[in-house]
Amino acid sequence: MDRETTKDLLTAVPKGTEGQIMSGLPHCRAMGMELLESADGRAVLRLPYSKMLIGDPKTGVISGGAVTALLDTCCGSAVMSSGPGLQSTATLDLRIDYMRPATPELPLIATAEVYRVTRTIAFVRALAHHDDPNKPVASAAGAFILERPAK
Amino acid sequence: MSLTKQELANRIVEQTPYLTFLGIRFECHGDELTAILPFSEDLIGNPFLPALHGGATGAFLEITALTDLALVDWQGEGEALPPQPKTIDLTIDYLRAGKPQDCYARARILRKGRRVANLRVEAWQEERSRPIASAHGNFLLPGAVGE
Repeated sequence: MDRETTKDLLTAVPKGTEGQIMSGLPHCRAMGMELLESADGRAVLRLPYSKMLIGDPKTGVISGGAVTALLDTCCGSAVMSSGPGLQSTATLDLRIDYMRPATPELPLIATAEVYRVTRTIAFVRALAHHDDPNKPVASAAGAFILERPAK
Repeated sequence: MSLTKQELANRIVEQTPYLTFLGIRFECHGDELTAILPFSEDLIGNPFLPALHGGATGAFLEITALTDLALVDWQGEGEALPPQPKTIDLTIDYLRAGKPQDCYARARILRKGRRVANLRVEAWQEERSRPIASAHGNFLLPGAVGE
């Protein structure tokens, strides 16, 4: 995705929700996560490779924990973009399958999609990969609880 | 001379950047390993509540399980780190919002086979009987066939 498209998508995001999510979330900021896109129950995030995220010092592969944090955030971003009137969301559960180790030095891309949303719960699936969704590093499926303002 | 479990756990922390990044340390008492995640502003997910980031809690559970498993039968050889198991899958249940406080976790090995181990792990804050998150997962053991 080119820079202009990314910028357009970010400015298209409703104010007060996704537009500020990464810089406004201390843990995501500390990890260096970037929000590339979020709208209509879908989100795309990028996690640049960084030495501080290394989980296996012998190989330089980033920790599975960092992939978990990325996928959780990506799912949460997709949920928050799934409809108007959402105040916040919290993860109920998240299952992660690790398919292959991440490649050192490469950024990870995460995509998430809400595939069913009720008044209280959103069901989400997500994928983490290095620019080729056919070679996933990890996949995730989760349920998120929705907070809506009291009527 | 073989190192104690505590010394081995300290060595893992010193040599693994992501553990340093999160601030995780371990305490060994008897055969029990407790992981500690001291509170830091960088662990906050939702600054309005404020609550710990679910991803940080999940990562903490996963690291607790991996380290517990890596250390269980490891006697220590020279300067080397114990070989790392690999996560196959992990399911995390978020039970309560993580408060801006220190967090603790312990893992239990339910089964350790030849190739795969199954673990359950829980994280809590003030009271162990009120966990903030629990997880269970399968882990590929180092040296397993096909690795």
